Amino acid sequence: MRGGQVAARAPVIQFTNCRILRGGALLREDLWVRGGRILDPEKLFFEERRVADEQRDCGGCILAPGFIDVQINGGFGVDFSQASEDVGSGVALVARRILSHGVTSFCPTLVTSPLEVYHKVLPQIPVKSGGPHGAGVLGVHLEGPFISREKRGAHPEAHLRSFEADAFQDMLATYGGLDNVRIVTLAPELGHSHEVIRELTALGICVSLGHSVADLGTAEEAVQSGATFITHLFNAMLPFHHRDPGIVGLLTSDRLPAGRRIFYGMIADGIHTNPAALRIAHRAHPKGLVLVTDAVPALGLGNGRHTLGQQEVEVDGLTAYVAGTNTLSGSIAPMDTCVRHFLQATGCSVESALEAASLHPAQLLGLEKCKGTLDFGADADFVVLDDSLHVRATYISVGLCSALTTCLWWG
Amino acid sequence: MRRIRGTRRGLLCAWVYIRVLRLRATRAGWGRSGLVGVGCSSCSSVGRASGSTGLNLSWKLCVTIMRLVILDNYDLASEWAAKYICNRIIQFRPGQDRYFTLGLPTGSTPLGCYKKLIEYHKNGDLSFKYVKTFNMDEYVGLPRNHPESYHSYMWNNFFKHIDIDPNNAHILDGNATDLQAECDAFEKKIKEAGGIDLFVGGIGPDGHIAFNEPGSSLVSRTRLKTLAMDTILANAKYFDGDLSKVPTMALTVGVGTVMDAREVMILITGAHKAFALYKAIEEGVNHMWTVSAFQQHPRTIFVCDEDATLELRVKTVKYFKVSASIQVQLYLKDILQKSKRELSAL
Repeated sequence: MRGGQVAARAPVIQFTNCRILRGGALLREDLWVRGGRILDPEKLFFEERRVADEQRDCGGCILAPGFIDVQINGGFGVDFSQASEDVGSGVALVARRILSHGVTSFCPTLVTSPLEVYHKVLPQIPVKSGGPHGAGVLGVHLEGPFISREKRGAHPEAHLRSFEADAFQDMLATYGGLDNVRIVTLAPELGHSHEVIRELTALGICVSLGHSVADLGTAEEAVQSGATFITHLFNAMLPFHHRDPGIVGLLTSDRLPAGRRIFYGMIADGIHTNPAALRIAHRAHPKGLVLVTDAVPALGLGNGRHTLGQQEVEVDGLTAYVAGTNTLSGSIAPMDTCVRHFLQATGCSVESALEAASLHPAQLLGLEKCKGTLDFGADADFVVLDDSLHVRATYISVGLCSALTTCLWWG
Repeated sequence: MRRIRGTRRGLLCAWVYIRVLRLRATRAGWGRSGLVGVGCSSCSSVGRASGSTGLNLSWKLCVTIMRLVILDNYDLASEWAAKYICNRIIQFRPGQDRYFTLGLPTGSTPLGCYKKLIEYHKNGDLSFKYVKTFNMDEYVGLPRNHPESYHSYMWNNFFKHIDIDPNNAHILDGNATDLQAECDAFEKKIKEAGGIDLFVGGIGPDGHIAFNEPGSSLVSRTRLKTLAMDTILANAKYFDGDLSKVPTMALTVGVGTVMDAREVMILITGAHKAFALYKAIEEGVNHMWTVSAFQQHPRTIFVCDEDATLELRVKTVKYFKVSASIQVQLYLKDILQKSKRELSAL
């Protein structure tokens, strides 16, 4: 039990004068951390008979679990879908820079790309723990190429695919393996999609429905086969219709398997979704809402032309279009901006807004015991926010071995 | 020096926190504000001097004044009790080799008192660094981290807000393999700590102290007890009203254990405790109402609110209120004379 002994010797840090998000509420409690994990101070007091080694005053700020971004295509000039020799350093750059947005874990996303890109890039993005070097990589999100032609959005038409007869093998051949994959977005109306969904779910990979023209029935069957997520709700799918709500209808469907919750990503940048639509979705199914950035490589860069996948995008202020068209090409709003906009647009509680960016994505990926929460035993990944939800500092657990949590202050 | 009006009524009008000139008498080793509460039972206003001088109190006088202290309401009773504890600790001047031992209760009655003590600690007036605490009781079989265990109660309502050393906070372990050995060890720890300086307790609706249910020996020591139905019913509200979830056994200090303390303070608030207070004070010493044992303790204070006195005779209540006020008058005169003497000596 060497790990346990090392942890026991690590210093105990007590964060005081703060409000912590726990159990869906902001509590006026102290946060205790040891060895990169959230610590139970009562247990420390009665069993180990110890007090904190260090106290840090948080100035009345809010301590929330670190944000988790499950859809981010790149940023700061880095394009995850670009097959370069050193994909790893690009991922590391983004991982480091998004810490200042409060993101402590993320899923690098690859848009529809040719086979060679998948074969080259995927092996270079392993699952990795976070630390002072950057946010943790939870696994890759593969958005495409098995998506609908009509709803491809910014994805290049030339590289779209549909399933061949032996669908799962076809998918394996396309991606060249599923080792580092965490989420796959596909269109359920494609033939043979159900067996693929079942196989992926059996492997523990999260299946998401998106870029699709599926009706509600098809979508429900996909969920029954194992799908649990909807990629950027409202965008790249049929609009809600009162006689056939389409994929949007999953939010209130009564044909989902018992005990299963459907999650849905929303880009709350003020551009991809009208605030009224955001409110409708939130009110219909608040516990399934997952805030995503769907950020493009232009995130963090200025106005001008940049690359996304195999295409060029044009950035102007807070909007990014496919160059020369009116098609939105992902967002450039950082995660904390999305959280603030979501709070303001829906009028929801601060707790709900914070959970949409932390707890819900953790629940989607089955990680809610160690990520997205400040419960005892969880990883000490948390973000210090002021009352207007601006990030003041990000703390990220370095894991049991190094036994220290490192803080990065943003002033 | 604050002007003290000469009339008895004037003396009785308010809580008087006396700010005297620096006496060459003992100064408080801890805290800096004069938090002396001179109990005036007929008053309802509360003041606090922001002075920096400790007071040399004649504690014997104080204790004989206030055997039954009646305050107007729960908040005032809690504040009075907290101030009393605070001052006892400060006056004791605890240090490295000199710990103040405190016995502590649980339940809804002492919550206000704990809040006030935490407030005094956060103000910098009171430190628990050299205080040892011994809790009265703990349920048997309830996990230590259960939200209704007394460990959780003490952590959430007291320990986590103060600077007590975890090694000095003693609570019986209801999950020990050998429960009687756990009780014996607890008694031993109390002995090794030099006995309890001040045992604070509450009273059950059936007149029990700690979990010494009706019928308990009045010379009992720390032991395992089966809980009476009254107690289980009273506790059900903490377990979602489900009687089957309420623990039926507990480890508790004995009546004899509490009687061994040098000073005892019993907090009694609320009309539902009125009958128990009547039995404890106006009837004889009786093992069916175990709190009555403290009639034979040399230094016991009963702190209550008006509601808790509802079953007492008017005569009893008047006696204690008037007696207290006379003693307060004498005490204040005593202080006045002392400070005049000091002044003239300067």
